[in-house]
Amino acid sequence: MTDKLDKDPGPADTPPAGAVPPEAIRAIPVRHYGRWISAVVVIGLVVALIVAFSQGNVRWATVPEKLFDPSILRGVVNTIWISITAMALGLALGVLFAVMRLSKNPVTSTIAWFYIWLFRGTPVYVQLLIWFNLALIFPILNLGFYKDEMTQVMTPFLAALLGLGLNEGAYMAEIVRAGIQSVDEGQTEASHALGMTRTQTMRRVVLPQAMRVIVPPSGNEFINMLKTSSLVVAVQYFDLLRAAQDIASTSFAVMEMFFVASIWYLALTSVFSVGQYYLERRYARGALRSLPPTPLQKIKAKLSSFSNRKAVA
Amino acid sequence: MTAMVKAEGVHKSYGAAHILKGIDLEVAPREVFCLVGPSGSGKSTFLRCINHLEQINAGRLYVDGDLVGYRQKGDKLYELKDSEVAAQRRDIGMVFQRFNLFPHMTAIENVMEAPVMVKGESKAVARERAARLLDRVGLGDKGGNYPTQLSGGQQQRVAIARALAMEPKLMLFDEPTSALDPELVGDVLDVMRDLADSGMTMIVVTHEMGFAREVGDNLVFMDGGVVVESGHPRDVLGNPQHDRTKAFLSKVL
Ligand SMILES: Nc1ncnc2c1ncn2[C@@H]1O[C@H](COP(=O)(O)OP(=O)(O)OP(=O)(O)O)[C@@H](O)[C@H]1O
Ligand SMILES: [Mg+2]
Repeated sequence: MTDKLDKDPGPADTPPAGAVPPEAIRAIPVRHYGRWISAVVVIGLVVALIVAFSQGNVRWATVPEKLFDPSILRGVVNTIWISITAMALGLALGVLFAVMRLSKNPVTSTIAWFYIWLFRGTPVYVQLLIWFNLALIFPILNLGFYKDEMTQVMTPFLAALLGLGLNEGAYMAEIVRAGIQSVDEGQTEASHALGMTRTQTMRRVVLPQAMRVIVPPSGNEFINMLKTSSLVVAVQYFDLLRAAQDIASTSFAVMEMFFVASIWYLALTSVFSVGQYYLERRYARGALRSLPPTPLQKIKAKLSSFSNRKAVA
Repeated sequence: MTAMVKAEGVHKSYGAAHILKGIDLEVAPREVFCLVGPSGSGKSTFLRCINHLEQINAGRLYVDGDLVGYRQKGDKLYELKDSEVAAQRRDIGMVFQRFNLFPHMTAIENVMEAPVMVKGESKAVARERAARLLDRVGLGDKGGNYPTQLSGGQQQRVAIARALAMEPKLMLFDEPTSALDPELVGDVLDVMRDLADSGMTMIVVTHEMGFAREVGDNLVFMDGGVVVESGHPRDVLGNPQHDRTKAFLSKVL
């Protein structure tokens, strides 16, 4: 809230006609010299930065030119694809290992603990390289019913999927576990008392309520995944960054192509942040008496309150 | 006639804490059986043993002639599988002090859930019965509300409807009105009285002595994990024999 005394008493502050106006206070407002100085300094720095970049050795025309290059677009699609599939794998593994971790069976809970410890405790970059180079220790993949050379099986996509997905699974397991534990025990009891089995209780009662706790951090995880997926360059997967680098190496527009990639990453993370908002809203059902307004509803409310105010004036 | 509930020397401990120390009692079909006693005396624990939310450590507990949670072959007991325990619980409704409605489902969805999931009933049939039950507890117009949009008394009546949807032969009530504001208690008790009149077998843990006296057929006073005194509510409440019963009643009446 801004302090009313801070502003010049203007027409906006006078009460609507008709009401008897109380004697308005005419005080000398506090002068915030510090605010003015800091604003000037910050603006100055930003201008200096813009000037520096505009005079730098950058061919700015290249950026919009290459933004919709077919190869860049293919990279964008691949980045979205690997992020979604890796996240889906991570989510599935996360639920599985969270349930295992909470199980009363000491063997399953220990295995889940070990998985989380291993995949959270090592860098995802290293994990990607290990999957990609698996052929060095297992030249032949033999699953009994299926046998092939490892280099044939471990495509860049599969290495990227396993590297990112298994790592994500370890993080998701902890998020899902926190979600499950946030659900009141009375819910499980009520469900059991109705004759629902443990599996039904988990699926119909506990997990849907856990979602409210699981969704917000998962959204962040996914947005992180969009960016972390750029590491798959290491396993030869053709993602957005790789597409940008390929063009950079032939056209020598190195920085320009990094800017192109950055614009796309920003666009992707922004779009999915909006999606996350709606997802959170959906899983808040029943937790709040009334749901918070959507951005669209907020804008409408602002517009209508604006026109109301005009009508009064 | 087989007793609806029969307890023979039921013991229950949590680790070293010995909570139930040999409970013997019988609840006849169509009976309203009230359970009273001081806090911590093991009333909730006993109720939760009846539908096997808790496992007993010694003794035998039968519901409608069936051993709860176990199968007996010769003189050996076999634990029932998760699905078999679940099947036993279908016929026993339970109403909790804190309602425990599913907050992510509307009132009518709460009532439909178990018939659809457990009995495999079609949604149409379940919805019709749920609507009828909500009507019966006086909430015919609240089916679309989420639990947070209902008062405590309304939530508890939905919880009763939810338990009734499984068409149980026995209803367990664990202090169904103690979390409610005084002016909301009456509505819930009315529903329970109505249920008792319809012939439902009910075990009710309660501090509502007026309700016990008026509706109850039998009353047990528990203290320290044992049954201290039992009989018709009028007798136990009006003319208690034991000092512990007298001391307790002088506090709550
Ligand atoms: N899961 C548990 N683990 C350990 N102790 C427990 C557990 N549940 C209950 N107890 C203990 O068992 C005793 C009896 O509890 P119970 O809930 O049956 O009492 P109650 O008669 O229902 O009391 P109230 O009127 O307060 O509900 C209490 O001392 C309680 O602390
Ligand atoms: Mg209790």
